[in-house]
Amino acid sequence: MKLTLRVWRQKNPDTPGEMASYDVDNISADMSFLEMLDTLNEELILRGDDPVAFDHDCREGICGACSLVINGDAHGPERTTTCQLHMRSFSDGDTIDVEPWRASAFPVVKDLVVDRSAFDRIIQAGGYVSVPTGAAPEAHATPVPKADADFAFEHAECIGCGACVAACPNGSAMLFTSAKINHLNVLPQGAPERETRVLDMVAQMDDEGFGGCTLTGECATACPKGIPLPSIAAMNKEWLRANRKAKR
Amino acid sequence: MTSSYVDYATGDPVADAKAPTGPVAERWDTRRFEAKLVNPANRRKHTVIVVGTGLAGGSAGATLAEQGYHVVQFCFQDSPRRAHSIAAQGGINAAKNYRNDGDSIHRLFYDTVKGGDFRARESNVHRLAQISVEIIDQCVAQGVPFAREYGGLLDTRSFGGVQVSRTFYARGQTGQQLLLGAYQALSRQIAAGNVELHPRTEMLDLIVVDGKARGIVARDLITGKIDTYFADAVVLASGGYGNVFYLSTNAMNSNATAIWRAHRRGAYFANPCFTQIHPTCIPRTGDHQSKLTLMSESLRNDGRIWVPKAKGDQRPAREIPEEERDYYLERIYPSFGNLVPRDIASRAAKNVCDEGRGVGPGGQGVYLDFADAIARMGRKAVEEKYGNLFDMYARITAEDPYETPMRIYPAVHYTMGGLWVDYDLQTTVPGLFAIGEANFSDHGANRLGASALMQGLADGYFVLPATINDYLARHAAQDPVDASHPAAAAVVRETEERLAKLLAVDGDRTPDSFHRELGELMWEFCGMARTEEGLRKALDRIPEIREEFWRRIKVPGTGEEFNQSLEKANRIVDYLELAELMCLDALHREESCGGHFREESQTPDGEAARDDGRFAYAAAWEHTATGSAPVLHKEDLVFEYVHPTQRSYA
Repeated sequence: MKLTLRVWRQKNPDTPGEMASYDVDNISADMSFLEMLDTLNEELILRGDDPVAFDHDCREGICGACSLVINGDAHGPERTTTCQLHMRSFSDGDTIDVEPWRASAFPVVKDLVVDRSAFDRIIQAGGYVSVPTGAAPEAHATPVPKADADFAFEHAECIGCGACVAACPNGSAMLFTSAKINHLNVLPQGAPERETRVLDMVAQMDDEGFGGCTLTGECATACPKGIPLPSIAAMNKEWLRANRKAKR
Repeated sequence: MTSSYVDYATGDPVADAKAPTGPVAERWDTRRFEAKLVNPANRRKHTVIVVGTGLAGGSAGATLAEQGYHVVQFCFQDSPRRAHSIAAQGGINAAKNYRNDGDSIHRLFYDTVKGGDFRARESNVHRLAQISVEIIDQCVAQGVPFAREYGGLLDTRSFGGVQVSRTFYARGQTGQQLLLGAYQALSRQIAAGNVELHPRTEMLDLIVVDGKARGIVARDLITGKIDTYFADAVVLASGGYGNVFYLSTNAMNSNATAIWRAHRRGAYFANPCFTQIHPTCIPRTGDHQSKLTLMSESLRNDGRIWVPKAKGDQRPAREIPEEERDYYLERIYPSFGNLVPRDIASRAAKNVCDEGRGVGPGGQGVYLDFADAIARMGRKAVEEKYGNLFDMYARITAEDPYETPMRIYPAVHYTMGGLWVDYDLQTTVPGLFAIGEANFSDHGANRLGASALMQGLADGYFVLPATINDYLARHAAQDPVDASHPAAAAVVRETEERLAKLLAVDGDRTPDSFHRELGELMWEFCGMARTEEGLRKALDRIPEIREEFWRRIKVPGTGEEFNQSLEKANRIVDYLELAELMCLDALHREESCGGHFREESQTPDGEAARDDGRFAYAAAWEHTATGSAPVLHKEDLVFEYVHPTQRSYA
């Protein structure tokens, strides 16, 4: 198929960007969206133009590197990562807009590449269990009810791609932050740091300049891993509980 | 052009001087006791560089920092959480014997030595099996959400090449969950100021001063700035080199530059031809294909592999009656059935496709069928176990694997070869350590499923943190080195010149076009089956591609900016040299073993025929110069506990 792409081009954070238009031809329905961009870049290089920069790595939907807003949707029309989106989701003759994640906490590095290090700093603020190597008890010493283990897993599936932030009209990181808090706080291993974790991570999230949550729900709709919206409510409950305890 | 590479010389043997003698089960204790320690108060005076943040690097960085060392860590990804370990699906082995099914440390040791076709070191493998049980404890304590049963205890499943159920898993995302555990431990140390992390920074060379590894040269991928970093020891945890083949299950940016540059600076490279072709990957669809996607080996627990009995049978799978199907693994290997080791399953798939019985476009595929499993367990149970894998398959192929069988075909997945290391995981360059897939140590000629995660975490959490103490204690007062040191300045200059040259050629071919050409050559001649004739052809062709590369490569932009084409081209420079060594190693090893199948060396029924008389050694290659023959150093492998036999899975 033949497509017209309108792609955000921005040389670096200090230079203003703009949408640029490109035609691509001979696109197969079996191609992934990123393979379609590879095709464009091969042409651009041979023409002596600067290829479009975009983040990508595993191309299996698990590393969380790819991060494109396609026709206004984070990761495009299907509920998956951009690398797992295939061109069969588009039709011959389509015009497709391709933009980077848009959020003030994710500044553009170049073209479609953004800086998501704010996410790492939120994890550094408390998204762990303090257990140095070698200090671990026998794995079966503490049984975990299956329902709790499944709840933890459901939230641990977050790949840190940032689609939730990109989709949110407020640029909020509540879904990302709540996913990690719910993963660890439900487990007996995470219990001793339950309160400090939620208070410190939420404080860091606010410091990074992410917006507030108005329960629009766009985040959970865009999440390629299906982190559920009630995750945010569960985090708020944890936060209130921890705050009450801290004031006592 | 005839390759001068085949005229390699054989140098002195190389020996592992660090593994203690004595009963194999006591060697790790002995070594830990004999290793010198660094006083806790002195540890903060030592800096250790760790390159990579996958399972091995992430766990090593976190653990060294917990011990009190100052760690300077690098990853080329934007976050340490994205290292390629994250894509591992199936599970992690541990000899817990929670199932009471006859497992033990000795059995895991035995299975791994046998699975590796008797080309791994007994000392290392036994240590790995011992540590496996501690890894599970550590990860559970970190909050890794392993699959559990209703009683709240951990669930396990079976993997290829074994008859016990010792694989712990987190649905089809075990690698992700283990990596996030290590990433979180590392994050805690970053927040505490014990780890200085440099994301989006790629190691481009090693700095060796007075014969010891003292630092690295790395490029900031955002600004393009080339900088030097110094330490008392350098740890490479940069993964394997499967991307030499262009199409593989590796992440797009996984590369061999760190280990190859270290090799050029004196670290021997062992068994480069030992590459693992994974039997269950989604077949390629066309020339646009940029990578291949694995379907976890765990699927072979419940899926049955078959092809039509008749050649060229074009009917849809469901219309082929039971008696006209050949469940060839169950037929040839009745006792292991669909769970034979990877090398055997891959070769069997190639054989039936070569016979013209392959399915799907181009006949390059076999069926992996879940109809029986769905009938037996119900669709819901299958969904629970493999749901995310089925979803991924459906997304990529637009076929529903609950209704029609999956089509799978082998693809390059893992490299058993890597930098030669001793029992302490130290390379032949003092002060340079290699852990995880970057080294060659534990898997011999074939890795068993769910053992890569085990090895990466064993190396990073437990082995290296114990053995590196010994080196640092013995080199307590090294002279400080900085960028002005002539050895450092020379490496920086060389790196800058290489990048400048790549940018200056301004030819007419893209980096990908060269990578693809090299990959196709390697897949054809150094892939699932190898012959002397084919390997000689590849050895003649690679120098020609290299010459053409430096004449026709086109890299747009400059070196002083975010430039993904430049990153790619620079990695291909190293693939073009490493590929040559892989082919030479494959040519010189005239036996078949594990993933290395030489057509000239097979049993009457087509299985790999080892030649223990001539090849019971690890081949450690010493670099001389680009395009010049390397020197072979042999490390003899001694088997005291597991007697080498012809592997039998029938």
